[in-house]
Amino acid sequence: MIAVWDRVEPLLARVQKPARYIGCEDGAASPRHGAEKVAWLLAYPDTYEIGLPNQGLQILYELLNERDDAVAERAYAPWRDLELLMRQRGVPLFSVDSHLAAAGFDLIAFNLSAELVYTNVLNMVDLAGVPVRSEERADGDPLVVIGGHCAFNPEPLAEYVDLAVLGDGEEVVGEITAVVSRWKHDGRTPGSRQRVLRALAQVPGVYVPSLYRAVYDGPRLVAVEPRHADVPAVVDKRTVADLADWPYPKRPLAPLTEVVHDRLSVEVFRGCTRGCRFCQAGMVTRPVRERPPEQVRTMIANGLRRTGYDEVSLSSLSTADFSDVGEVIAAVNPPGCPPSELVSVALPSLRVDAFTVGLAGQVGAARRSGLTFAPEAGTWRLRQVLNKLISEDDLYGAVDAAYGQGWTRMKLYFLTGLPTETDADTLGIADLARNVAAIGRRYTNRASVTVSLGGFVPKAHTPFQWFGQNTTAELRRKIQLLRDSAGRSRGVQLKWHDPAATLAEGIVARGDRRIGRVIERVWRDGGVFQEWSEFFDLGRWEQAMAAEGLSLDWYVHRHRTEDEVLPWAHLRAGLHADFLWADWQAALGQAGVEDCRWTPCYDCGVCTGYGIEHVVASTVPPAGGSQGTGQDLRRGGDTPVLLTRKPEMVGG
Amino acid sequence: MRVRIRHSKLGKVRFTSHRDTARHWERALRKAGLRVATSGGFSPRPRLSFGLALPTGAESLAEYLDVEFADAIDVGDSDVVRRMDQALPVGYQVLAMAHHADAEPSLQSDVVACTWWIEVHADADVDAVVGTLLDAASVPLERERKGQRRVDDIRPSIEALAAGRPPWSGAGTWLESTLATAERGLRPTELIAALWPQRDPLDLVSRIVRTHQWIERGGTRREVLPAAVDAGPAVVAWA
Repeated sequence: MIAVWDRVEPLLARVQKPARYIGCEDGAASPRHGAEKVAWLLAYPDTYEIGLPNQGLQILYELLNERDDAVAERAYAPWRDLELLMRQRGVPLFSVDSHLAAAGFDLIAFNLSAELVYTNVLNMVDLAGVPVRSEERADGDPLVVIGGHCAFNPEPLAEYVDLAVLGDGEEVVGEITAVVSRWKHDGRTPGSRQRVLRALAQVPGVYVPSLYRAVYDGPRLVAVEPRHADVPAVVDKRTVADLADWPYPKRPLAPLTEVVHDRLSVEVFRGCTRGCRFCQAGMVTRPVRERPPEQVRTMIANGLRRTGYDEVSLSSLSTADFSDVGEVIAAVNPPGCPPSELVSVALPSLRVDAFTVGLAGQVGAARRSGLTFAPEAGTWRLRQVLNKLISEDDLYGAVDAAYGQGWTRMKLYFLTGLPTETDADTLGIADLARNVAAIGRRYTNRASVTVSLGGFVPKAHTPFQWFGQNTTAELRRKIQLLRDSAGRSRGVQLKWHDPAATLAEGIVARGDRRIGRVIERVWRDGGVFQEWSEFFDLGRWEQAMAAEGLSLDWYVHRHRTEDEVLPWAHLRAGLHADFLWADWQAALGQAGVEDCRWTPCYDCGVCTGYGIEHVVASTVPPAGGSQGTGQDLRRGGDTPVLLTRKPEMVGG
Repeated sequence: MRVRIRHSKLGKVRFTSHRDTARHWERALRKAGLRVATSGGFSPRPRLSFGLALPTGAESLAEYLDVEFADAIDVGDSDVVRRMDQALPVGYQVLAMAHHADAEPSLQSDVVACTWWIEVHADADVDAVVGTLLDAASVPLERERKGQRRVDDIRPSIEALAAGRPPWSGAGTWLESTLATAERGLRPTELIAALWPQRDPLDLVSRIVRTHQWIERGGTRREVLPAAVDAGPAVVAWA
């Protein structure tokens, strides 16, 4: 291992935000490396501020450092100013813990949470001094690993990574460590890299792309098949059965400089079965696994004491659905708590109903300024297509309660470019926003509504994976339509995601192996930090697609057919292909599906296939909960939703 | 109960900003279980006030803050200091602590000058460069303020300047300089720019340490809170 702090330190006076590169956080490990320990570099392919709060990375960091046979450090993408200085002076990518050169680690493991960071993965591997293409790596080079939600379609990075890990990482990192430990112990002899990859392919949840061959017939993908008989034809995701066994992070990282979620975060449950059809996170993380409330309370108390934070976020995909959410919140600030010891509670991903607003009101008087809701679509009809079953009454009830309790700013998230979307749906967003603002004005003249509009990108392993994404021209037209309709309405503000970025995300999200060369071209052309508008340039992506002879229309805008082999067909999040197709057809028929955590199983495939089940304390849905539970779904729209236990094929 | 605290900020943590330092203290005092009084109102804030900002990248043996504690604190209690030191990031150490009367002026308005050690790597005869600057009747320096460039005479701000023996091991030459803080004041990097106008200060300077902050009482100048470290840097461990 080569320490590089002496070479990094003189550069830090010349860069913005040098605190990004020093480590020294509360909760940071003091790693002791050694021949008997597998060294993991856990890398986040975006800036320190974005990457540090990432809970997946923090959990694995701590778990690995607790092991006798492993040690883990962290690295984040250096901002362009430092990167250029590093390249000028030959300083390699380094860890922030001990400032060790990245190439000395046994594995460099990237957490992928967005498609546009892929060029940063290549850039960081290159900056480490490691060949970017896996076939060019030698026995002494680290294994390049990806995990996180985007790893469920790793095919665009197939030529660049050695391993992709599907699903929860808690257990599988130990199994990978054991295999790599033997490799390290045996001295990484010539040719041993191939053997260790072959051995890793036997670990459930681990996908080794180089051991599979993609077969094409013209542009059409025919199969992705193993090259050897001992390599599994299908790789399944990993799922930890019970979150209670994994009370991590126990030593949360509290950074020395400002980051995006600068507060304690405690995961209250993992998985979501609300069944929103656009949502990859909800589809690939099933089933719902709640943490015992007692453990949540302990993690909050210990985390606050360790970090000195005065704010905790109860994280999950829909925290108001946590069975014990009310009592957990109540326990954070016991009655009579002095003002100097009040802890703020953040509830991300609020459900849209008055019950949820009640919870939000319970979390403390401080900072009652803005609340965010995500109705996602402008009409009940389209929300049925999405299976985001929020009635207008739910929304109006929620904002009425919120304005009534002192909030003044509502933020409403919507998607555009959704399946079956018409201009009536787009204009419906304007109606909702105006009505919300009008409700707010009953309480305060300062009432405002911000509509935030994102372009829809169909994702792998979701019922919408067959849908052809809207063109940028169509997305721009819809945004303009909404601007014309809502732009000058009192109290309504409009924000939108750049449709050009939506297009680039679409190239990668459902890309196959051929898209890898496009990513490499964009990177070689200087296209790093593509999540950042000051760096993003669609022209680079369009030129790279053209140079590779690939069609944007074919990859992004084309509807897929039922018999098409999707690039991720050999990778499973547990969902039956026929469930996803039936749910897609149900979507086109505007048929909703219930949340299976409180209703009988409709066999999406996950629990039955993996022999696991929901871990949910409450057998009934939360009082007043929206989205297809405890409410009359026939209100609010002209087409009544059809609730079916198992979605039937409905003509589309 | 209002307490003034002097602390060091040394090593890697020097790359955090003045705003970061405020966060470090807020969190450290909560971790240490030392309750801070809060401002009233809708959004209560802990009652901490900080002295003159230390430039990001500079170290210090003389940083100050005033804390209004919710409970009585024994400023002579070494256990209180130990709890603070344990809760603070590596590189911070509490050097002195004293009760502070409410009527005293704020740190920002009270401090008249700071002393700095600056490690420079210059080929030229540093003594001669320093001598030339000190002999000059005026030293014009072009600086930017609120987006406008203007030329100031910085000579009156340079109260003392000498090249000396390095207080710590290092390859360069150490300057010791006392710079006034009144009005615009003078930053250490601006002093270097005035000494070597043709060079980028970043190419010359490898280390900047604030060693003192001075106040005046009855015509006499003294350190805000004297500490053992003032006798020599060996007292403070390098981070």
